[in-house]
Amino acid sequence: MIRSLLAHSRFADWLYGFSPPERGNVVLGHRRVYIVPTRLGWMYGAALLILLVGSINYAISLGFALTFLLAGVGLAAMVQTARNLARMSISVGRAEPVYSGEAVQFRIYLDGGVGTERPAILLRHLASGAQMVTDVPPDTVAEVVLAVPAARRGWLPLGRVMLETRFPLGLFRAWSYVEPDARCLIYPRPERSAMPPASAGSSAGGARAQAQGSEDFAGLRDYQLSDSPRHVAWKAVARSDDMLTKQFSGDVAAELWLDWQLLPATAGLEQRLSRLAGWVLAADRAGARYGMRLPGVTLAPQRGDAHRAACLQALALYEAP
Amino acid sequence: MSAVPHPLAPELRAVTGRDLAGLVLSLVIVVAPHAARAPWWVSALVLALYAWRALLARLGSPLPSRWALLAIAAAAMAGIWVQYHTLFGRVPGIVLLVLFSGLKLLEMRTHRDATVIALLCFFLIITNFFFTQSIPTALAMFAALLAIVATMVGFNAPQRPVRANLRTGAVLLAQAVPAALVLFLLFPRVQGPLWGLPQDAYAGVTGLSDSMSPGALAHVALSDSVAFRAEFQGAPPSQTLRYWRGPVLWDFDGHTWRMGASVIAPFKPPAGGTARYSYEIVLEPHERDWLFALETAASLPDGTRFTSDGQIFARRPVRSRIRYRLTSVTDAAPDPRADPAELRRALRLPRGFDPRAAALAQQWRRESGSDAQVLARAIAWLRASRIAYTLEPPALGRDSIDEFLFETKAGFCEHFSSAFVFLMRAAGVPSRVVTGYQGGDLNPVDHVITVRQSDAHAWAEVYLQGRGWLRVDPTAVAVPGRIESELVRGSLSGEAVPLLMRPEMKWLRALRYDWEALAHKWNVWVLSYDPQRQRDLMAFVGIPDADWRNLTVALFAILGALMLVLVAWSLRGLSAPDPVQRAWHSFCRKLRATGLERAPGEGPRDFSERAARSLPHARAAIHRIGELYLALRYGADAPPGKIHELRRLVRELRLT
Repeated sequence: MIRSLLAHSRFADWLYGFSPPERGNVVLGHRRVYIVPTRLGWMYGAALLILLVGSINYAISLGFALTFLLAGVGLAAMVQTARNLARMSISVGRAEPVYSGEAVQFRIYLDGGVGTERPAILLRHLASGAQMVTDVPPDTVAEVVLAVPAARRGWLPLGRVMLETRFPLGLFRAWSYVEPDARCLIYPRPERSAMPPASAGSSAGGARAQAQGSEDFAGLRDYQLSDSPRHVAWKAVARSDDMLTKQFSGDVAAELWLDWQLLPATAGLEQRLSRLAGWVLAADRAGARYGMRLPGVTLAPQRGDAHRAACLQALALYEAP
Repeated sequence: MSAVPHPLAPELRAVTGRDLAGLVLSLVIVVAPHAARAPWWVSALVLALYAWRALLARLGSPLPSRWALLAIAAAAMAGIWVQYHTLFGRVPGIVLLVLFSGLKLLEMRTHRDATVIALLCFFLIITNFFFTQSIPTALAMFAALLAIVATMVGFNAPQRPVRANLRTGAVLLAQAVPAALVLFLLFPRVQGPLWGLPQDAYAGVTGLSDSMSPGALAHVALSDSVAFRAEFQGAPPSQTLRYWRGPVLWDFDGHTWRMGASVIAPFKPPAGGTARYSYEIVLEPHERDWLFALETAASLPDGTRFTSDGQIFARRPVRSRIRYRLTSVTDAAPDPRADPAELRRALRLPRGFDPRAAALAQQWRRESGSDAQVLARAIAWLRASRIAYTLEPPALGRDSIDEFLFETKAGFCEHFSSAFVFLMRAAGVPSRVVTGYQGGDLNPVDHVITVRQSDAHAWAEVYLQGRGWLRVDPTAVAVPGRIESELVRGSLSGEAVPLLMRPEMKWLRALRYDWEALAHKWNVWVLSYDPQRQRDLMAFVGIPDADWRNLTVALFAILGALMLVLVAWSLRGLSAPDPVQRAWHSFCRKLRATGLERAPGEGPRDFSERAARSLPHARAAIHRIGELYLALRYGADAPPGKIHELRRLVRELRLT
């Protein structure tokens, strides 16, 4: 309970010295770095205490010297551990959108600064537990990829990331939290399906009467079950194992409407979005021109990567009216 | 919060071959000095355990089971019991600790275990200091400390090269030195011990004892170890005057002289005398409570007691090196008064021993008119007796004095003094044996006199009516060379003389003088730093009569200041961020003020182009800034001219 209080609250913001999310490069001020002894650190302290008592009891001068030198090493190690995080600069790169159920690859860049080496830095994504240890060599920007599972469509903010180190002696644990302003778009999980029912060729959607088999040869693409056998590139198939379909520029005219209304009303919202996402992918693979209609959102028929991304984004961010 | 395993947790990180090598090296350094002290089988067993662990790591084989280790531990403990008849006490305890290091190594799997072994190394280091705190030991243990710390760094940075970890270890130790020094000087010292020490805590110390039997002193004199060092203000007395008084022996049983009961008396400084010496003695621990002083002491060190026969006692046995300061007068007149009971005690002899010597003494008594004449007869007889001086005296039977004087005619100073006091008592002259040291080696480097066990000596004191107790050195009388020169020249060639005392080792002795001078400084400034010196130090810096409260305040104040310096120094390198980066951030801040914010994931090129589009009046400058930043940040080299240009452009950029 205290942990959750520490992790997510205004109190935490005050305590951690920043208010999320943080834009651009985040530089860890040394006031944001916390440090406590580890269990080994406490053991080290207990050992020093025993050494001290032994030195007093047997009046061993070099025993005192040893004890005090080790105490000094402990103090120096504490400073070094905090220093290993202090003033480090953290930035996050662009994360490629993924489908719900996959993992987002958040790329985090650690810049130690000029001539400063920072060995054994742990990054942990607090919400998911994704973690990675890296060394940041001097004058180098280290890249750490945190694979954060994406459970739901929509925007996934990176959230709070903990940086931790125990270098050099493992006697102390220094840590700090950052919450960079980074997020990743999560598309709905696409339902495996073929093209939308082309037969539902009403005015509302499906494959409109197409000027099939006409005009100029435009290239080859993967065979789809719906393709006419007349268009299969049999010569090419003979050379490789893949079924290929000949594409003609006349296909430009092939227009497809992916319509919310085509889906059975009994299906839930997420299921419908998944089905639509599957259609978008299938249509894109087929090289078709397709448009998409959601309640309140209409995307005009187009083709290409940008259009596919726009459709998937619309599905990802769709909210029932 | 999720329960994922923590990749930095030491109990989850397996020990690598490199970690093991570092630990074994550290262990070998700290255990090696014990090998000479422990039974040979323990050394062999421990070495075998280390080698076994290394072999298992090499082969990648699993570690032995807990039961196998327990069996080895039990067998080794039985062996130690047989050897020492106990498992407690200092030496068996240390031997057990050494054994434990090998066993622990064999069950070490993770960095947690490895760190425990590193801590064990610290304890093994301090056990070495029980036996010796010499400079070479200190250096060896410092090397071990560096190895341990660097190995611990290796646990926490497995990817780094060993050299880098070694450097980090050295930096940590170097940064520890100031704090260690402050703690050493100011940590309030308590005079130990805090509890009873094991019986054998100080076993094996050579030195004078409270009794003297034939051959005992000769045995002590074979030791080359230092008894004490004396540092004089001004010129030290000459060799022949350097009689360092120790235990006075009164009671003789025919074989052994004993100290008997001593009478505590108020200290009376000797009358007269012009040869006054002020000096400081650094006394090695000798497990007895007497202190040594140049005859005749004219002042007492603080906190000591004085006896009527001129001995000085500390409050408790000298178990650690101590320092004391006193003055002596070498030509003082003795006190003519004496306690009658003491004089009666100085005449007592056992019945039925040494009839020939007794008869000789009684003959001198009959033929002399006074005690002084008896003394003169005895000296003359001894001088003519042609008795030889030797470090290897022949064994003597029941009537040891008769045999020495008339048959073997060879002995060491205890034979001479014992026989002389016997003769005096038999002739009715009160006398006693005094033991101590004679001479000592004057170091030309630092003018410190080093007195060794090989300078152990015994002489006599005779009481003459109206004059008091007078020192007579029968050895010097019979063998004049003994006192004027040194032990070496007085002894016969071919005898067991300590190596460095041999005359042919001249260059070695010169080297040794330098070394001794250094060792003395080490003893004075490092090893005998105690509560008294701590108070002196505080008085020196202007805080007289410092108690633990002053010390603690001073300690924490200085330690706190040191920590601040260390923190500032550590952050110093970090506080100067890249000038290019700093200029870019300042550029971004200026743009933000106009409402242009760099989008997440927007690269510097896209951002500056977008900014240039929306701020046409500053287009050229923004373009150039973006270009320079990209060139400097991602280009191969960073010419200072470009950095200056970038900083200037950013500074002069006006967007509103």
